[in-house]
Amino acid sequence: MITNSQIERAAYDVMCKAAIDIPEDYLDGIKERAAAETGPLCCFVLQSMIDNYEAATTDRRPMCADTGLPRYYVKVGNDARFDGGFVGLERALRSATARATQDVPLRPNRVHPLWRTDHDNNVGINAPEIEWSFEPDVDWIEITTVHKGGLFGTDYRMLFPADGIDGIKRFFLDTLIAFGKRGLACQPAIVGIGLGGSKDICMVLGKQAACLRAVGDRNPDPEIAKLEMELKELGNSIGMGAMGFVGSSMVVDCHIEVGFTHTGGMPMSVHCFCLSSRRATARIHADGSTELRSDPQWFTPYMRRETVEWQPQAASSNKSG
Amino acid sequence: MATAGSELEQVRLRIPATPEDLAALKLGSVVFLDGVVYTAREGVYKRVLEDGVALPDGLTEISNANFHCSPAASRNDDGTYNVGGVTATASFRFSKWMPQWFEKSDAKVIIGKGGMSGDDYRNVFVPRGAVYLTTVGYGTGALLGRGIKGVRDAHWIDELGIAQALWVYDVENFGPFLVDSDLEGNSLFEQQGQLVNANLERIYAGLKSPSLSRFGETDDRSEELI
Repeated sequence: MITNSQIERAAYDVMCKAAIDIPEDYLDGIKERAAAETGPLCCFVLQSMIDNYEAATTDRRPMCADTGLPRYYVKVGNDARFDGGFVGLERALRSATARATQDVPLRPNRVHPLWRTDHDNNVGINAPEIEWSFEPDVDWIEITTVHKGGLFGTDYRMLFPADGIDGIKRFFLDTLIAFGKRGLACQPAIVGIGLGGSKDICMVLGKQAACLRAVGDRNPDPEIAKLEMELKELGNSIGMGAMGFVGSSMVVDCHIEVGFTHTGGMPMSVHCFCLSSRRATARIHADGSTELRSDPQWFTPYMRRETVEWQPQAASSNKSG
Repeated sequence: MATAGSELEQVRLRIPATPEDLAALKLGSVVFLDGVVYTAREGVYKRVLEDGVALPDGLTEISNANFHCSPAASRNDDGTYNVGGVTATASFRFSKWMPQWFEKSDAKVIIGKGGMSGDDYRNVFVPRGAVYLTTVGYGTGALLGRGIKGVRDAHWIDELGIAQALWVYDVENFGPFLVDSDLEGNSLFEQQGQLVNANLERIYAGLKSPSLSRFGETDDRSEELI
């Protein structure tokens, strides 16, 4: 039985880790972009960011003082047992958010949209967001936190099947350039794309693609994987880089997630994570022991299943037909 | 990559900044600050300029540098503060308050994210002898945190919250920042943006437009958005 206090502790620990330590995969990706960058201003920006990650880790201080909107993604094993039920789990996540905000410290960013009330703890109505997924045949719980900026770099558009790959490329460029000007999107970033689903799920998938997949991870559908690489290349060919200066680095990686959608439509969302791509995951085992890591491994074969029945043996070859 | 930063001039600037020091700043130079810097963004602007609350006594004498930012900070039980770092917020949203703000505060250095429009620089900044420094990245929050040597004051935390309060910091080698605007109203962002714009037609070449346009959509990709 996993206890409430173990859950609270794990949620607190991932908040602290995410805020301070840049994920290795993203750091490697930024170093790769820095090596390829041609613009002198962009080179200076990327080197400053690398210095900043080191300062954060050395000093144990937050890498970015804009906490964004700290939130959770929780994957619950189908055989996991935990006390307090889901209400207890949610309370533990809210408590961990408030404690981490005080201790790291995180900027208390969360306010009422109209009254601007700030509880100074990043907790409020519908905050932090908690998204859920489930995993068959395991008894652990995984808690991932993401601290992603909240103002720029995201857009949605209803495209149609006739718009095809051209339409996808245009909207991808539109979003990158619109929010890339003056660097409002804090690029180069991991860019997540949601394709399909209903409008809300399209947004959810794109955001998860940006925030919950490590640099270098490819979609299991080889054609989608190819499109990911093509869009990454396209984004880095705009002639723009960090802070909107002349350069060659907009996209550290591109991740696409799909959901079955209306037969007449092809909705698309684009989400830019940022130069402080803050994410961390804890797996809490049935005995309460906990491991921390930076790769959420959120999109399991089970999550991308296509049919009524779950057939794990088919998952490794699940090419969309 | 090009040797990072070696081609960019580096400058130490003492705050309060003198007109001579500001006149010497060149677009794209890397600046580090020493002295006193305060934060003010929409919460402070609204309080001072719309609600008519007076600025804290003595503020304008010790600093003429207004940072559009908020700290990652918390209040300790003994009333002191723990500031981990600061990160700027996008400045273009504060455009409407700047003319009055310059009158009230006599600020000469505005620091933030992403700069302000060329029109703002030429019409509002230049007549008041002010320049704009942009943070780098964005988000060298930890490096900037290292440059904060102490919290001199934190005004209006109870009224505005930690993120919107008016923080007064003692800073040393506080940076890096890049000079975006000079005393003539030139802008690094504007110049770089125009160079990027010149290339945009090429990247869209051959991609057909979507079947349904969005209301107000334009194909003028050089349009300034702020």
